[in-house]
Amino acid sequence: MNQPEQPLVIVEHLTKHFPITRGIVIQRRVGAVQAVDDVSFTIARGETLGLVGESGCGKTTVGRTMLGLYPATSGTVLIDGHNVHAARGRELMAIRRKAQIIFQDPFASLNPRWTVSAIVSEPIRVHKLYGSARERAERVQELLELVGLNRRLINRFPHEFSGGQRQRIGIARALASEPLFIVCDEPISALDVSIQAQVVNLLEDLQDRLGLTYLFIAHDLSMVRHICTRVAVMYLGVIVELADRNELYENPLHPYTRSLLSAVPVPDPKAARQRQRIVLEGDVPSPINPPGGCRFHTRCPIAVARCAEERPAWRDLGSHHFVACHRA
Amino acid sequence: MDRTTLLRVQDLRTRFHTPEGTIYAVNGISYKLDEGETLAVVGESGCGKSVSMMSILGLIPIPPGEIASGSALYQGRDLLQMTDAELEQVRGKEIAMIFQDPMTALNPVLTIGRQITEVLERHMGMSHQQAHLRAVELLEMVGIPSAAARLRDYPHQFSGGMRQRVMIAMALSCLPSILIADEPTTALDVTIQAQIVELVIRLREQVGLAMIWITHDLGVVAGLADRVNVMYAGFIVEEAPVDDLYDNPRHPYTLALLAALPRVDRRRDRRLKSIPGAPPNLLVEPHGCPFAPRCEFVIERCRAETPPLTPVAPSHQIACWVDIDTGAAR
Repeated sequence: MNQPEQPLVIVEHLTKHFPITRGIVIQRRVGAVQAVDDVSFTIARGETLGLVGESGCGKTTVGRTMLGLYPATSGTVLIDGHNVHAARGRELMAIRRKAQIIFQDPFASLNPRWTVSAIVSEPIRVHKLYGSARERAERVQELLELVGLNRRLINRFPHEFSGGQRQRIGIARALASEPLFIVCDEPISALDVSIQAQVVNLLEDLQDRLGLTYLFIAHDLSMVRHICTRVAVMYLGVIVELADRNELYENPLHPYTRSLLSAVPVPDPKAARQRQRIVLEGDVPSPINPPGGCRFHTRCPIAVARCAEERPAWRDLGSHHFVACHRA
Repeated sequence: MDRTTLLRVQDLRTRFHTPEGTIYAVNGISYKLDEGETLAVVGESGCGKSVSMMSILGLIPIPPGEIASGSALYQGRDLLQMTDAELEQVRGKEIAMIFQDPMTALNPVLTIGRQITEVLERHMGMSHQQAHLRAVELLEMVGIPSAAARLRDYPHQFSGGMRQRVMIAMALSCLPSILIADEPTTALDVTIQAQIVELVIRLREQVGLAMIWITHDLGVVAGLADRVNVMYAGFIVEEAPVDDLYDNPRHPYTLALLAALPRVDRRRDRRLKSIPGAPPNLLVEPHGCPFAPRCEFVIERCRAETPPLTPVAPSHQIACWVDIDTGAAR
């Protein structure tokens, strides 16, 4: 039985490596992209956890592996008490109903040959939630209204909508199976600024009304500060720091978090002139052969000999501020 | 101190004739660029910010494109009246451009060295030897490690940030007087973006470059520009020095855009203010103020007449019928 205070989502030592193979007929494994390496965190009910980092850091892989879209290399993911990677049959269907995803690209994630009605009702049909076609149609119209679209648009095709409206269709589809938990994978980064605010406000309203729990994956650190309650920072497949939103932004402890936050431009020329930037040298190393010890040590401005040898432990430095750094 | 004006664009109108109808991409914009100045052109997708720059450089395919009116004076000559041969002498040499995606702007089957030396030999009349030495110098200037060895590499062997550095080196190779940068950091991660912005600021001072920086990111603009043009649906709706624009935005669109942005350096104090609706359909000939359907200050006149760009303060202009402080007509 679940205790009510137990987090809705528990991720423990999650690792995901993608094999690299050579040869066409006889495939040999020659290495692996270590996309996610030993990541652990929890998400409480009704909370929004932000997962930030630069491209290739593994944040999308975390989201997809958590939902079972990729098999995990090792580690466990529990959603509402169910083990995602061990579940089969009925239990797996139940997890898929409870956990949904909103994708980044509202142009690529909707089938162009399907009507809005077909797209949004697919989860309802798959999970056999409403018996009759009439009830299903009513539910689709209800969902469209919930995300701020006109209910008369159900027979239109995706190309007839703008980017912001398509993202609303994607959100309606995610809500159709009445989920508890939604992975929002860069839901606003393909949208213009004036439309981003509309979608963010919609996601917040839906959370209030339906008691949803979000994992919000993004690279826009300003928006993450706005929408998330806690934030985790990833670098090259590992989480380097995790804390409450204001604690993380006002008191970053990991040198990567510090440089990342200092690099974010502020829409205020006076503040911009005063900001101290910590500009990192070089590029992110390849996840095929990541640096040993601390993965950040090759670019870290305060690295010492120990950082190259020993992987830093994941420590709580008080008031649930976690960091993996020898120097913090 | 009065600075010399390098480029003066007047009443530029660009349209595209497509099977679906005419796209009104740029609808009569005027602006200037002074020596050593950085002008930012800000707006959302489809506002005409890229098309307006490509128009003055003769990069719009005609047809389907059409430059319906306008002039672009550069050193006393009108770029829009030049022949292709004349333009070729200006483009790349005196007015250089860098783009959002360096991978599509670089030739994938030629080494970086070949691509830089080709420009130097052709435009600057250098010998192969001279061009090679200069290419090494240029790559060092934009901060590419072991520059001499990397000249033998192909574009795919560089990371995104490094490719953008190569593009900047190529753009600066002929010592242009104007650099037009079209969303050069949009495809890059924030830490790499910070590196490129820092590099551009350093080079700008080193060579005294005038720049036009096209972007949708009001954050990048704040740290980089001297003056800002805000564009909406093919119109310039506000033009101001950078501090004025952020301290005292006067156009309802600029005001709304700034209110829609969360800040990384501040605690959340409210919901984001969103702008209702979506940008107008460019297939309809503009009539009245293009922002009127989404504007919270809209008055009757806005729907009937397109407001011209008029001053509200020294060197601060807006195209709006309303005073946003009182909500009454200006």
